[in-house]
Amino acid sequence: MYKYAVKRILLMIPTLIGAGILVFMLMRMIPGDICEIRLGGTGLMVDKEQIDICRENLGLNDSLAKQFLDFAVGIATLNFGDSMWTGRPVTEEISVRFQLTLQIAIMATLTAVIIALPFGVISAIKQNTWVDYCIRLFSIAGIATPSFWLGIMIILGLLIVSQQLFGEPWMMPIQFVPIWEDPLANLSQTIWPAVAVGYRYAAVVVRMTRSAMLEVLREDYVRTARAKGLFEKIIVNQHALKNALLPVVTLVGIEFAFLIGGLVVTEQVFNLNGLGKLFVDAVLDHDFTLTQSLVMMVVTVFVVVNLLVDLIYAWIDPRIHYT
Amino acid sequence: MTRLLEIEDLQVQFFTSDGIVEAVGGISYHIDAGETVAIVGESGCGKSVGAMSLLRLIPEPPGKIANGRALFEGRDLLKLSNADIRNVRGREIAMVFQEPMTSLNPVFSVGRQLTETLLRHTNASEAEAKERGIELLNQVGISDPARRLTQFPHHLSGGMRQRVMIAMALSCEPKLIIADEPTTALDVTIQAQILELMKNLSERLGVAQLIITHNLGVVARYAKRVNVMYAGKIVETGTATEIYHNPRHPYTLGLLASVPRLDQPRGTKLVPIEGQPPDLTRLGDGCAFRPRCRFATERCANEIPNLRSVESNHMSACWHFENLDQQKSTVA
Ligand SMILES: Nc1ncnc2c1ncn2[C@@H]1O[C@H](COP(=O)(O)OP(=O)(O)OP(=O)(O)O)[C@@H](O)[C@H]1O
Ligand SMILES: [Mg+2]
Repeated sequence: MYKYAVKRILLMIPTLIGAGILVFMLMRMIPGDICEIRLGGTGLMVDKEQIDICRENLGLNDSLAKQFLDFAVGIATLNFGDSMWTGRPVTEEISVRFQLTLQIAIMATLTAVIIALPFGVISAIKQNTWVDYCIRLFSIAGIATPSFWLGIMIILGLLIVSQQLFGEPWMMPIQFVPIWEDPLANLSQTIWPAVAVGYRYAAVVVRMTRSAMLEVLREDYVRTARAKGLFEKIIVNQHALKNALLPVVTLVGIEFAFLIGGLVVTEQVFNLNGLGKLFVDAVLDHDFTLTQSLVMMVVTVFVVVNLLVDLIYAWIDPRIHYT
Repeated sequence: MTRLLEIEDLQVQFFTSDGIVEAVGGISYHIDAGETVAIVGESGCGKSVGAMSLLRLIPEPPGKIANGRALFEGRDLLKLSNADIRNVRGREIAMVFQEPMTSLNPVFSVGRQLTETLLRHTNASEAEAKERGIELLNQVGISDPARRLTQFPHHLSGGMRQRVMIAMALSCEPKLIIADEPTTALDVTIQAQILELMKNLSERLGVAQLIITHNLGVVARYAKRVNVMYAGKIVETGTATEIYHNPRHPYTLGLLASVPRLDQPRGTKLVPIEGQPPDLTRLGDGCAFRPRCRFATERCANEIPNLRSVESNHMSACWHFENLDQQKSTVA
C-alpha cells in the first residue's frame, strides 16, 4: 500500500509535465498581450517602445524555449515567480484565495455528506413511500437548481429577512477573514456560498447513495444477514452501507476537486475573492505566470484527491489490492 | 418423536405486473426433531419461497404470506412479532443458501461474519466467540481455522465458503437448519463432501434439516422423508425409500427417469420431462401437471387432485396413482 502510494505520487510528474506543456502553449495561442492590455488600459496612446520595454521586463521577448525552461525550472524548484499583472509573488496571490476556496469546498462537502448519506439510506429503505418521494423531490430540485440562482435567492432572502427583523438590511462581510481570527465573521461569510453549492452537491450524493443502497439491499449477503437474526439497523448501516459506499466516495472526490477550481460563478454572485475569480482574471489579463501556476495547482489537487479516493477504496473493500 | 415444525396450508403470493404469482399454493408438511426432510422439485416450483417464508425472509412487497400456519415448537412463526422472529432466525432456525459465492459479505472478514450470529444471540464475549469460531471451522473441516478467520470471502473457494456458511448456521446450535440447494453451485465432488458433512453434523448434533433440492438422487441418500413439489403444491410425499422405489405420481416418475440411478442397468436411457412448468399466475382448474402428463384424463382437467393416501406415510395427489404403469416411464 505504501509502495503503491509512492508510485502514484511519482506518476504525478508526467501528468504535471503534460498539463504544464498544454497550459504553456494554450496561453500563448490566445491573441492579445499583457503589456498592451496594461498600458492600453489607461486609454492613452501607447508607443511601441514602451510596450517593448514592458515585454522585455516580463521576459516575453525571450524565445519560447527559454520561456518554457524558466517556467519548468520555476515549478520544479517551487519558485513560482511573480504575477505578471500585479507584480506580487504568485504564492501570495494564490494562498489568500486558496484558504477561502478550500474552506468553502470543505464546508460544502461536509454539508453534502452529512445530509446526503442518511437521507440517501432512508430513501432507499423506505423506497416508494412518501418519505422517499419527499427526499427524491428535494434531490431532483437540487440538481435542477443552478448554484448561482440559489446564491442570488439566498442573498435576496438575507436582505429581506434582515430588513424585516432589524429594520436594516444585513449583508455578509466582503473582506475575507480566516476562521482562526474571527470564526463568526468568517462563517457568516462562507456559510452561504457553501450552502448554495452544497445543496446541489448533496442532491447528487443523495441520488447516488440511494441507488447504490437499493442495489446492495437486494444482494444475497443482505439476505444472509437477515437470516442470522441481526438487527435491521446493523444490516443497513454496516452490511449494506459499507458496500454501497464505493460509488459515493468516487463522486464526493470528483465533486470536491471540481469545487477547488470551478466555483467561478458562485464566487461572482457572493462577491468572494476566491480561486475561481482569480483564475478568470489571470486568463483575461494574459497573466502567464499566474495562470500556469494555478493550473499546476488544480492539477495537483485533482491527482491527490484521486489518490485519496483510491486509498479509501482499498480501505473499504478488501478485494481491492494495490501493488 | 416430537414435532418440531408443523406447516399447515402455507400459501405465498407475489403481486407482480403480470398478475398474482401463486408461488406456494397451500402446502402442508412437518419435520420432527432431529429428522432430515427433503423438498424436491424443478426450478421455479416454489421451494425457496416456501422455505424462506418460514423465517419471513421473502421481500414484502411484492411477496405476501397469504395464508397458513407454521408451528415451530407450538409457536406460529408467521404470526410472531418482528422482534420475536429475529430471535428465531439464526438462533433456532438457521439457513444455508444456494449461492455460496454471493451469500457472504465481501467487505467483512470470515471471522466477523461467523461470530456475528453468536454475539447477537448469546452473551459470549468477543474472545469467546472467536474461540467458538475456530472450533466451528474445525468442525466443518476447514484447515488452519485461526488464519481463515482473518481472511475475506474472496480468499476462499466456493466449497470453502459453503463450509463457512454451514459453520455459521451451526454456530448457535439451532434446532433446524434449512439448506436451500446447498450444493447446486458447486462441482460434483465438492457436492458430495458438503452433503456428507451436513449429514454427519446433523446426526452428531441432533439438528433437524430441511434440504431443498431438485436432485432426487440427493434425496435418497440424505433424507428420511421427501416432499415432491410441483407448481407450488406438494404432489407426493412419503419416505425416501417409498418415493424412490414406488413413486405414485407421474411427475415423480418423470423426475426419477431423468436422473441416473445406480439400481438401474447401465445404459438405461435418461428421459427428460417434456414441456414447461405452468405459468403460476394462471393456474386454472384441474391438475397443474396435466399438460405434461401421459396419464391425463378428462377428470384431471376438471378437478384438482388432493393428496390421498397410497399407504401409511405415502400420499399422492394424482387421480390415477393406482394405475400408474411404472414400466412406461422408465423405458429401457
Ligand atoms: N421477488 C419475487 N417477485 C416475483 N415473483 C417471485 C419473486 N421471488 C420468487 N418469485 C416467483 O415465485 C416462484 C417460485 O420461486 P422459487 O425461488 O421458490 O423457486 P425454486 O423452486 O426455489 O426454484 P430454483 O430451483 O430455481 O431455486 C417463481 O415462479 C418465481 O417467479
Ligand atoms: Mg430456489
